[in-house]
Amino acid sequence: MGLSEQIAQYLVTGISTGAIYALIGIGFAIIYNSTEIINFAQGEFVMLGGMLTLFFLNAMKLPLPLAIILAVPSATLIGILFERLAIRPLRKPSPLELVIITIGGSILIRGIAMLVWDKDTHSLPPFSGSEPLEIAGATIMPQHIWIICLTFLSILLNKLFFQYSITGKAMRACAANRRAAGLVGIDVKRMVLFSFIISSALGSLAGIIVAPLTMTSYDVGIMLGLKGFCAAIIGGMSGGLSTVLGGILLGTLESLGAGLISSGYKDAIAFIILLLILFVRPQGLFRKAETERV
Amino acid sequence: MKSESYKYVLLILVVAILPFVFKGSYMMNVLVFVGINTMLAVSLNLLLGYAGQISLGHAGFFGLGAYISGILTTTYGINSWLTIVISAVVVGSIAFVIGFPVLKLKGHYLAMATLGLGIIMYILFNEAVSYTGGPSGLSGIPNLSVNGFLFDNDIKNYYLIWGITLLIILLALNLVHSRIGRALRSIHDSEVAARVMGVNARLLKVQIFALSASISAIAGSLYAHTMSFIAPASFGFNFSIELVTMVIIGGLASIYGSLLGAALLTLLPEVLRAFQDYDIIVYGLLLILMTMFMPGGLIKGIPAFISSVRRRFHKGVAGNA
Repeated sequence: MGLSEQIAQYLVTGISTGAIYALIGIGFAIIYNSTEIINFAQGEFVMLGGMLTLFFLNAMKLPLPLAIILAVPSATLIGILFERLAIRPLRKPSPLELVIITIGGSILIRGIAMLVWDKDTHSLPPFSGSEPLEIAGATIMPQHIWIICLTFLSILLNKLFFQYSITGKAMRACAANRRAAGLVGIDVKRMVLFSFIISSALGSLAGIIVAPLTMTSYDVGIMLGLKGFCAAIIGGMSGGLSTVLGGILLGTLESLGAGLISSGYKDAIAFIILLLILFVRPQGLFRKAETERV
Repeated sequence: MKSESYKYVLLILVVAILPFVFKGSYMMNVLVFVGINTMLAVSLNLLLGYAGQISLGHAGFFGLGAYISGILTTTYGINSWLTIVISAVVVGSIAFVIGFPVLKLKGHYLAMATLGLGIIMYILFNEAVSYTGGPSGLSGIPNLSVNGFLFDNDIKNYYLIWGITLLIILLALNLVHSRIGRALRSIHDSEVAARVMGVNARLLKVQIFALSASISAIAGSLYAHTMSFIAPASFGFNFSIELVTMVIIGGLASIYGSLLGAALLTLLPEVLRAFQDYDIIVYGLLLILMTMFMPGGLIKGIPAFISSVRRRFHKGVAGNA
């Protein structure tokens, strides 16, 4: 295999993992924009997506499509519980307390998952076989195509929701100014709940579609969550296209770095990119700098 | 100031007496860890509680200290005490240099940058196999010794570690009660106001970051020398989180709080061992519940709890009368 084919291969892998990071990152951004909370438990919903699908598939003996369709709302339900029990009761929490609470929630969810299921690594069957396709010299698994299509579909739906539905508009109003949104009669607490619903749904979907490629276990949420957060930071915490670009950029650079430099340092590459961007352009790659008011 | 000295003397007494209570038991080993974790929690509290700057990567500095000592003693045969000094200086300098770009960031950006640093260091410990031994770890690190007196059992290590821990607590107490301590707290309350008052906030933040990293590195070196074996698993993201938890559960901006937090979180897994796999759930629940119901940490929460119980009791008595 020549170098150009190799690079094409890395790009394909990079774009599809990048799409996953983007989905997770958008989840981070949606919660952040409506609540200023960095939900460190976001990665656990990714894990729940994969593990719940597996549970419905193996333990309940359901067919794969049904298992997937059931897994997303189940993970979302856990997201709702998390918001209700851990986030809503807080009165005027400091950012630090929120970091700790969401980390606590993440440990708790991971612990329960470990107990309910096990510590083993499992694989989920690909959605439509594993017969690879040849495109421009690169071998593409059908799962890659599923990932890219489903990601773009859900991002599109997300965009339409925020742009045109009344709830979406209300959530955007909360993101712009919570107090003012409350004053015009928007139920801010409800919008916070909605933001948790959407981001846990997106997170679990990401977990489901990536599981056939990368395997899943109770602790996959940590790394995937962090990478998703990287994508959101690169995208300047936007809930839209910039985060998608951020995710794809991260995914491709990571995959190229892993292939051409060293696979052991793959994760380090992602975090070095993160640090460089934070040092040079903390507002994200695609956004103009804002002056801070005091 | 006087009550501060009493507290410190009381602490020395407790530290001196504990081995007579737990002599020869497994608890001695656990108490050595309490000492090491106290150093780490105190060092992190200087940054987090006093200067108000979060670090989610402190386990990395701890690990860096441990590996510098481990590699220098096993591979290059350098004197153990000297390696502790080297790791403190090297890690402090590294933190000083990267501190400038890192501490320019605020809030969750800072959290993420420090987290990234921690993870990069963790990956380095795993991947630089020819130096660190990779995931299977580095063994054969010599115990510390003075004139042929070898610190090779739990009792000796206990006094060694706690002697140094007490020194670090003293240093931290003096620091936070000094002009620097007040300047740090002013940065915590409002960085802009602090700068207006003539505090060089940027430099001070970086200096305290370097100091904190340096103390963590010392703790790491001591850990390496007392355990004789180190592996990357001890220096990962989870441990960074655990350190932040110690500081917060103990009480932000309280040196004794960090001691309490470190003690609680180190002893907790030992108590929870009875629950086996359930410990991780209890741990997560505890984090959430503590933050919700005792936001000032144990150091403020326990007295507040006692006084509220007392008030209720008195009210009950008055009501009956």
